[in-house]
Amino acid sequence: MRSADLLHFNLQVLLRHRFRSLMILLALAIGVAAVNLLTGLGEGARAYVLSQFSLLGNNTLIMLPGKKETSGGMPPLTGESPRDITLDDAAAIARLPGVTAVAPMLVGISEVRFNARARDVVIAGTSSDYFRIRQLSVQQGQPLPTVALDTASPVAVIGSTVKRELFGNAPALGQWLKAGDRRFRVIGILDSKGQAMGMDMNDIILIPVASAQVLFNQPGLFRVLIESDSSAAIPALKQQLVQLMQRRQDGVADITLVSQDAILSAFGNILTTLNLAVTGIAAISLLVAGILIMNVTLISVSQRTAEIGLLKAIGAANSDIQTLFLSEALLMALLGAGAGMLLSELGLLAMRLRFTDLAFHTPWWARLLALGIAVATSLLFAWGPARRAARLSPISALQSRAN
Amino acid sequence: MIELNQLCRTFMLGDQAVHALDNISLSISPGEYISVMGPSGSGKSTLLNVLGLLDVPDSGQYRLNGTDTTALSDNARARYRREHIGFVFQSYHLVPRLTARENIELPLVLAGVAPAERKRKVTAILAQLSLTERADHLPNQLSGGQRQRVAIGRAIVMQPRLLLADEPTGNLDSQSGSDVVNILEQLNRQGITLLVVTHDSALGQRARRHIRMVDGRVVADQPPGSAAQASHA
Ligand SMILES: Nc1ncnc2c1ncn2[C@@H]1O[C@H](COP(=O)(O)OP(=O)(O)OP(=O)(O)O)[C@@H](O)[C@H]1O
Ligand SMILES: [Mg+2]
Repeated sequence: MRSADLLHFNLQVLLRHRFRSLMILLALAIGVAAVNLLTGLGEGARAYVLSQFSLLGNNTLIMLPGKKETSGGMPPLTGESPRDITLDDAAAIARLPGVTAVAPMLVGISEVRFNARARDVVIAGTSSDYFRIRQLSVQQGQPLPTVALDTASPVAVIGSTVKRELFGNAPALGQWLKAGDRRFRVIGILDSKGQAMGMDMNDIILIPVASAQVLFNQPGLFRVLIESDSSAAIPALKQQLVQLMQRRQDGVADITLVSQDAILSAFGNILTTLNLAVTGIAAISLLVAGILIMNVTLISVSQRTAEIGLLKAIGAANSDIQTLFLSEALLMALLGAGAGMLLSELGLLAMRLRFTDLAFHTPWWARLLALGIAVATSLLFAWGPARRAARLSPISALQSRAN
Repeated sequence: MIELNQLCRTFMLGDQAVHALDNISLSISPGEYISVMGPSGSGKSTLLNVLGLLDVPDSGQYRLNGTDTTALSDNARARYRREHIGFVFQSYHLVPRLTARENIELPLVLAGVAPAERKRKVTAILAQLSLTERADHLPNQLSGGQRQRVAIGRAIVMQPRLLLADEPTGNLDSQSGSDVVNILEQLNRQGITLLVVTHDSALGQRARRHIRMVDGRVVADQPPGSAAQASHA
């Protein structure tokens, strides 16, 4: 039999039993779509996290106030708020050997005004080292001055969105803007940069950290970014930091240290879980599809017993009959997988349109895997019934009254 | 063309052996027109099935064109059926989802014949059987006589040398029955070897050679000795 004829023959069978075919196609499509969608989402999330945290180099640590229990168990029920990390702590960290940059951070939101225009802007108090660690640069003017951390000079570097919203096309450098009840002179405008680590670097104002302490009336730091001279020194630096903070905080280092590695490996764990879930869902829906296919092929064989007898009478060999039923299952697998891929692509497209930052794409290995599993399931489950059909005795098949 | 030597086919019904074919020896020459008659259960259909390579005898020899068929593999038997044997059944056995044209085309499709050649052959056969107008009808849109003509078309589209018909008029009224018989006889005049199983003695008498079976045995073969009957040797 020619393959074009085989295809035509099988399509006629599928069309003849529309409902039955639809059910199987649906089950296969759901299985394939589940694999593609979930791996697509996982990949998108992974790429997003990678892009966010790769900005933070692998020789950088983040220190947060408060201890996060990673060893499991309940946190101490003291009800106390965590101890502050102070500017002095940051200065002490900067003196540790191997530390090349320290950027303390104190972040808040304040209404910022220039002449009649006003808007709420995220204000981050930090130091000139922040520019180095986050690889920021200015398109005009200069970055924050390199001064002692406790020097509260009234200067600000503004993001490009802030510049546009407050100043329009007018020059901003040298102008005084008002944040809360304080005045700051604009000394620089940041290069346009995207979102990173949850902060839109275009819609932000950077001021010296000591000024931020006064502006927000808060001594404690929000976090400290610490850069080491090598990524290999990070584990040792972590220990030194804990020891230092223990000394400075009366014996309890009430801090949490986060490194890129830790974040990525935590995320890796989540992804592994996700992949297991994907595998589970895919396995279940494809098993359902497989059982459907087996049943349907069985029904198809018994409904078409007389036809099988006839085909044998007019010259079909046992192997032809087997090919006929297996290719029917294969055709269904391909159609179902195709529909599933279409579904998942549409779903991911919708996700991309909704969350523009995230690149949701099904990796090729997942597509091939889903297709392969769908085809394998179909053939595996259709095998038995197809063999049974092939072995039917043509005479008793012809005598069957099913047709 | 056909040599049967001491052919036996036994079915087990429970623990009882039914001798559907009991030591049948027959010889059939090319171009013969033979009717097979006998009471129900006498083994007529079984004989036809064995001759058509749909069934395998338990013992004895069946030589078709000099080949011992009992030794053939499934594939070889299928090939023989496809190329040399046509079947016509009492209940037509058309594929319900296929049109008249597609049903007739089916053996050509199975044989892998190219579409253009298929179309040419099927169109010729549709015309020969006066079915041109019905070519695109499904079987359930056709009368019994038309269905049987489609079945005959399917049986002869591969131009077989042997045509086996098992009660081809059994489901038909007398008018369409005689149409079908005329077609079969015309095919025989063109050279095909025709074997018709029938309960209708009038139809049986039209054949040039009459075989009568009872209990799996040939009890009468008239005129016996087939060689003399061969009109298209
Ligand atoms: N597959 C089978 N299994 C068991 N017994 C069978 C089978 N096929 C035929 N027989 C038996 O073999 C005998 C001959 O059957 P066959 O069909 O050849 O008779 P027949 O002459 O064609 O009868 P009818 O005129 O009713 O068609 C019968 O007794 C029948 O019951
Ligand atoms: Mg019979």
